[in-house]
Amino acid sequence: MPKPHGGTLINRIVSSSKKERLLEEAESMTTLKLNGGLRKDVENIASGVYSPLEGFLCRDDFENVLHHDRLSSDIPWTIPITLDVDKATADELKREEEIILQTETGASFAMMSIEEIYGYDKDHMAESVYGTTNEAHPGVQKVRNMDDFLIGGEITQINETDSGFQNYNLRPIETRVLFKEKGWRTVVGFQTRNVPHLGHEYVQKTALTFVDGIFINPIIGEKKTGDYLDEVILDSYQTLMDNYYLKNRAVMSILQAEMRYAGPKEAIFHAILRKNFGCTHFIVGRDHAGVGDHYGPYAAQDIFDRFPDLDITPVFFKSFTYCEKCGGAVDGFICPHGEEHRENFSGTKMRKILMEGKIPPEHMMRPEVARIVIDADPKFVE
Amino acid sequence: MTEKKYTTVSIPIPLAKKIKKRMEGTGFTSISSYVTYVLRQVISSIEEEEQQEGFSKEDEEKVKERLRALGYLD
Repeated sequence: MPKPHGGTLINRIVSSSKKERLLEEAESMTTLKLNGGLRKDVENIASGVYSPLEGFLCRDDFENVLHHDRLSSDIPWTIPITLDVDKATADELKREEEIILQTETGASFAMMSIEEIYGYDKDHMAESVYGTTNEAHPGVQKVRNMDDFLIGGEITQINETDSGFQNYNLRPIETRVLFKEKGWRTVVGFQTRNVPHLGHEYVQKTALTFVDGIFINPIIGEKKTGDYLDEVILDSYQTLMDNYYLKNRAVMSILQAEMRYAGPKEAIFHAILRKNFGCTHFIVGRDHAGVGDHYGPYAAQDIFDRFPDLDITPVFFKSFTYCEKCGGAVDGFICPHGEEHRENFSGTKMRKILMEGKIPPEHMMRPEVARIVIDADPKFVE
Repeated sequence: MTEKKYTTVSIPIPLAKKIKKRMEGTGFTSISSYVTYVLRQVISSIEEEEQQEGFSKEDEEKVKERLRALGYLD
């Protein structure tokens, strides 16, 4: 099993013996409410998903990530994990050493040691992470909407919050023990934010041919309008696994994080998170974590050349199509037939068929999966 | 804003010449970027060999209990 990123699996979830004391101390502390995305970041730091991070980035790490795609310790890291506040809050928090972090509904769930409060250049951040300052990019829009100051410092999680999917929510220590118990020495991670069609299944099973197990890891959290709802993704994958995968070769649990649509930079980030879960390999397809035409179709694969020390093996796939002559999913490397015999696994086309309450052709989507989507109401993020 | 941070390392000139030759056609644009790449690769593989299990037996048993309760383990 690969070592966690940076060498140590971070655990900043308070032990039960210290919890009571911390909760008492918390009563007199200044509080800061976090939105859902930031709350998930805190939980991912605490449980080790974001190892080696132990808190929100201080300036030195932040600047290193933007300039070099690495933390100041030279460990690869491509997405800055930051906590932004407005000027009034920054001024207030300058007087504090420790604060309590709360959910949007006011539940205290973590403590943060304030190490640094600093300003930053939003254009520089957008250009570095997303490769553009074009406001049509959802990530750029998000940076523009961020407050003007960042707080850096370690966090400690005191209470768990409810993701709504607790049965599918495994921490890295849990997936690592699970893979070990299953006897998997090699595990390929698969990131998804879609319901599965036959093209996805083909990619997963092709990769599975070469490793001991597959870790299907849907991203759960804020997405853009029109994306499938989390429940629909989970139910459709569970159905697919129940019907078409060997139980001892496939595992699914969720990754609670926001999609940033940062394309190549996010592909590296996603690979790091899967390494922390215990994966030795990570599938990177066409336009991974892309949006619109902001990135080249294989930019998210090319970027791996720049990280010889990532310690997780990327598994690259080109796009697959269905070939009626071959009678299966193919790509240009294995199929001699012309374009006239091929049909794309078009998510847009399948979505249209499903929205009409019809089942797509069986060579495109498993009927059991299609039925889950058809029966779901609503199906998409509105 | 923080500047990009670099330091200088001296290597023998014959080695630098050898590296320059080796770099041809690799896409690397400087000896520095090539040396940085190779050193990161070497250090990473040394660290990989030094790895240890990150959790105790006690932690592992607790985790197994939860995994069984959730149906991930029989």
